[in-house]
Amino acid sequence: MGLLDGKIALVTGAARGLGAEIAKSFIEQGAEVLLTDMMEEEGAATARDLGNKASFLRHDVTSEEDWKAAIAAVKTNFGGLDILVNNAGIAGGGRLEDTTLEEWREITAVNMDGVFLGHKYAAPLMRERAARWEGGASIINLSSVAGLIGMPGAHAYCASKGAVRLLTKSAAMEYARAGENIRVNSIHPAFIDTDMAGQMIQGIHDNGMAANLEDARALLVSMHPIGRLGVPRDIASAATFLASEESSFMTGSEFVVDGGMAAG
Amino acid sequence: MLDVSGKSALVTGGARGLGAAAAHKLAGAGASVFITDILDEEGRATVAEINEAGGKAAYFHHDVTSQEEWAAAVAACVAEFGSLDVLLNNAGILITSNILETSLEDWRKTMTINVEGVFLGMKTALPELMKSHKLWDGGGSIVNISSVAGIVGAPSLSCYSASKGAVALYTKSVALEAARNGWKVRVNSVHPGIIETKMATDIMDNLEAGGIAANRDEARGLMALGHPIGRLGQPKDVASAVLYLASEASANMTGSQVVVDGGFTAT
Repeated sequence: MGLLDGKIALVTGAARGLGAEIAKSFIEQGAEVLLTDMMEEEGAATARDLGNKASFLRHDVTSEEDWKAAIAAVKTNFGGLDILVNNAGIAGGGRLEDTTLEEWREITAVNMDGVFLGHKYAAPLMRERAARWEGGASIINLSSVAGLIGMPGAHAYCASKGAVRLLTKSAAMEYARAGENIRVNSIHPAFIDTDMAGQMIQGIHDNGMAANLEDARALLVSMHPIGRLGVPRDIASAATFLASEESSFMTGSEFVVDGGMAAG
Repeated sequence: MLDVSGKSALVTGGARGLGAAAAHKLAGAGASVFITDILDEEGRATVAEINEAGGKAAYFHHDVTSQEEWAAAVAACVAEFGSLDVLLNNAGILITSNILETSLEDWRKTMTINVEGVFLGMKTALPELMKSHKLWDGGGSIVNISSVAGIVGAPSLSCYSASKGAVALYTKSVALEAARNGWKVRVNSVHPGIIETKMATDIMDNLEAGGIAANRDEARGLMALGHPIGRLGQPKDVASAVLYLASEASANMTGSQVVVDGGFTAT
């Protein structure tokens, strides 16, 4: 018996990294999953590897038309929607005054607008089946420790993840007060050993903060009191818990999975 | 995903309410559960229920304010089950009163059970919990039951709120100390909203006795008001969070606050 038997999920940014691992964990626990991403080849391959309970759709989360198409696809393919994971996100940084407005908007468009659009277009479909589950439908937004604490050089990323943190709470309150039975919670990972962390390590090295990549990695690891980077499974487990009936009484909560980074 | 087979868990205040629900949940997921409490009869009954359901549990009389009894409880748990992998500091009391009428005695009683009990528990159990990583990647796990009252203010519950706020930050400090020292013990807190246990029904009794609520349904409705989700929590809701933090699924979580409150503190 899986934690998500009979449930239908949409996971954005699921071609690789966290999103792919979340989709995998959902399927292991009995869900059917529509994976979406901009990276068509990788996304299709990831879905293929996950078997017949997974399918893939190209999806730019900053596009309203793409969101409408994704919601229509999940309805057509699987018959509804119980779980939405707004995972797609991009990082980027540098000195604030050297950042162009275009660079700022690129990050906030994906990380913030994408989550807003996800809520806007998914909620009506999720409402249809919410009464089937004691815990209702569940929206899970990937924020970050960078949505809780400041990080130098990550202004747009921090701002966008902070926005996701409070968009989560506001939407959670709206659905709860309306008796709509859609729960919304955020997950706040620290650095997870994915491509995004690889870019960070490269950045630490390129900025002259470490002599080589090994030192750069050690520096990044040292920011985590637990003494290691996270792995995608850590976040996939958290998402699975928040998607399941085990978290029926949780809404508007921040699930911090950061090896202690934000605790001090 | 939420498998704790082979782990041994000590649950304080495990005779009834949240503690008993957590003990059932942990045992159902494969853990051996060492239930402690000062309510011996109810504690033994809970153990019997778990054992009859095919789980593994034992009971030990334990006042969490006594350092000697903590030493005895930890030693007895290890003697019984061979290890201590999960510590659930759940025992706690709630005294309702406004500050002008709160006696120093009530303040101290609350702090002694709710805060000193957690201090003694972590201090006494840590040396055993540090050995847990030899079997489990996630290492030992301490779960402290705080409350939404440890995050936001709670009128007429000032003592309780102060004690739970202490547990919230004590958790983070010990989590960081354990992590930085490489002890391989994770420490997290759970913050329930109002859960329908005896602690909550006692408050309902007060609401009815004080004429604030005409009957039980009205009292329950009043208490549910602060929860946007529209209902009170159930012990199983908290038990699920405890199981998550006890399991390897949460291997990268330490110093975190898991808020299980139906949106109480989000607004």
